[in-house]
Amino acid sequence: MACSVWVLARTPNLFAVVVLSGIYSFLMATVLVALDAVDVAMTEAAVGAGVSTVLLLGALHLCKSEEAKPAHRPWLPLLLSVATAAVLIYGALGLPDFADPNAPIHQHVVPRYLQNEIDVPNVVTAVLASFRSYDTLGETTVVFTAGAGIIALLRRRKHPKSEGSSDGK
Amino acid sequence: MSSGGVVEHFSYIVTVFLMVAGLYVVMARGNLIKKLVGLSVFQTSVYLLYIAPGKLIGGTAPILAPQYTVYSNPLPHVLILTAIVVGVATLALGLAITVRIRETYGTIEEDEIIAADNAVQVAEDVRS
Repeated sequence: MACSVWVLARTPNLFAVVVLSGIYSFLMATVLVALDAVDVAMTEAAVGAGVSTVLLLGALHLCKSEEAKPAHRPWLPLLLSVATAAVLIYGALGLPDFADPNAPIHQHVVPRYLQNEIDVPNVVTAVLASFRSYDTLGETTVVFTAGAGIIALLRRRKHPKSEGSSDGK
Repeated sequence: MSSGGVVEHFSYIVTVFLMVAGLYVVMARGNLIKKLVGLSVFQTSVYLLYIAPGKLIGGTAPILAPQYTVYSNPLPHVLILTAIVVGVATLALGLAITVRIRETYGTIEEDEIIAADNAVQVAEDVRS
């Protein structure tokens, strides 16, 4: 995964970047399976590796697929990134250990979720659709807004003297 | 709750590496599509940040069955399911904006867009 991210940051060919980001998403889905998050892994493989890659390829089809050489050496962003990493790792050392059963994340409301109160064996579904369904409502609102925004942005291309290659987004 | 060394916090270190790699791509690369890919790498690292603490050694996926007693934490999974879908929506919106920029400016390189903007500004100053 680190390799694919490294190459992703280096290659100027945008087509390779898009394919690598798909590979990266599949690797992330594998990691999520190993972390017992099967629902998230399925979503990541379908949406992250599938839909995102299709969207990026569609955008590449409409744009140029080669990146220009950066004019200046990127020392300042590199320095800033390394400094951020150092601060974040220092902060992470104060967090609970990996897989510590006494960590606060396992104490608060989760034992109640796991008691099968509403008779749905898949707890993720139960929490998503019942306990936290307002979150899901908000999510659909965001997706609707994004879809409306995309339509508003790409619709105006039709009537000016554009080249007229419309994609099905 | 012992605050241990590097091995106990390996998942956080991986998360921080991915996060910073995404941040670097967003800052250092001028190409708008590459910036969006960097942003999605950044986003994926946040998935890992949420999911990794919910794992329990010896636990299974949170689907209730009589033969298991230890389950991983389902709450971060739910939050991240929402985040993935929202992430794709924002990515699609960003790509739509990129396509519009490409039609208006003829380029998706940040430097060239800024140069074009400056040229327009200079022309207006000369005219007025």
